Amino acid sequence: MYTQAMDIPDGQPALKPVARTASEAEAALQARFDARIDADGRIEPQDWMPEAYRKTLVRQISQHAHSEIVGMLPEGNWISRAPSLKRKAILIAKVQDEGGHGLYLYSAAETLGTSRDQMFDALHTGKAKYSSIFNYPTLNWADVGVIGWLVDGAAIMNQIPLCRCSYGPYARAMVRVCKEESFHQRQGYESLLQMMKGTQAQKDMVQDAVNRWWWKCLAMFGPPDADSPNSAQGMRWGIKRMSNDDLRQKFVDATVPQAQVLGVTLPDPDLKWNEERGHWDFGAIDWDEFWNTVNGNGPCNKERLATRVKAWNDGAWLREGALAHEAKQRERTMKEAA
Amino acid sequence: MTTDTNKAPALKEWPLWEVFIRSKQGLEHKHCGSLHAADARQALQMARDVYTRRQEGVSIWVVPSAQITASEPDDKAEFFEPMGDKIYRHPTFYEIPDEVGHM
Repeated sequence: MYTQAMDIPDGQPALKPVARTASEAEAALQARFDARIDADGRIEPQDWMPEAYRKTLVRQISQHAHSEIVGMLPEGNWISRAPSLKRKAILIAKVQDEGGHGLYLYSAAETLGTSRDQMFDALHTGKAKYSSIFNYPTLNWADVGVIGWLVDGAAIMNQIPLCRCSYGPYARAMVRVCKEESFHQRQGYESLLQMMKGTQAQKDMVQDAVNRWWWKCLAMFGPPDADSPNSAQGMRWGIKRMSNDDLRQKFVDATVPQAQVLGVTLPDPDLKWNEERGHWDFGAIDWDEFWNTVNGNGPCNKERLATRVKAWNDGAWLREGALAHEAKQRERTMKEAA
Repeated sequence: MTTDTNKAPALKEWPLWEVFIRSKQGLEHKHCGSLHAADARQALQMARDVYTRRQEGVSIWVVPSAQITASEPDDKAEFFEPMGDKIYRHPTFYEIPDEVGHM
């Protein structure tokens, strides 16, 4: 949404009544930007913004968009193997939503002056990152339920504060995304509830999937605040509203009771209620594994990227064909009109 | 618009469209987002698939983004300021005796 075409008009820049020196003008713009951020106002695409703010947003929003579309892959693998028509229809709807979320986010990033193709190129050449969680395999059907419950649950935790992000188009995209994510989490949890009413083998599948995904979901919130040097700036700019550690704690606190209702255990011997803090304490996260996966050495990094690139390349004929068709139709209409 | 994205050689991007949705009869169309599509028909179909998956609309408009003229950001002050001091355009500017009741 909000194309740069709408927001960066053609032609000569508007005449300014007084020609100020560049640095003076810059300082005034910066002051106006800071004042708006301090007043918890919103920045829109046509507004002046510091270059670093723009760059950070492009990186954050495009990474988020990449995560949505790469996230279609681990679940897409299960569409043809869903255990019933109902579950298949639900899974197709969910995967389709993820594609939609990618589109909302790419559109928001495009308002900052980067093109869709530039972003795809960065993803396909490995320059851009996406959420590391999608570099793990979905080994059995229970994984699909656990992704809905835990992975989407963690994503919602992360995304709800972003609905109040200082950059308007990103915030609006997040509102839309969050509404739909709620369906994702609930369908996953409900699917697991169903399995937990089944045979011992089905219950074991759920527990196994929870064991494999739990720690990876905790890592999704990013490094501890102490090791997250850019967090403070993000907070200052209103593009990060809660710290990584606060979000992680919130997620743990929300999830423990859900696990109890479901009848599964969470694979953490240090998990216990802390009366004094009013929160659940939990054990140490393996950050070496997290960084190893971020840096390209997770179990599925290569496969995910290769699948994505293949889909893009295999679709080239269609994209070209549609453009050629449009050109031909336009020519025909013009000839008829002449 | 900045021209660099639209002039990409060889395989160029599908053009950008803005999508407006009427959520139900009697309400106005409202801007809800954008998408890339090769032509108007495709833009409509894709808008349906992306923006009305849960019956969010009963009518869709798509407009090529390049066709939209927007006010310039630098104009902001001069463009909208003249209305700032015309408080007599609001009903609350006028004091009416209480006994008159609602007016």
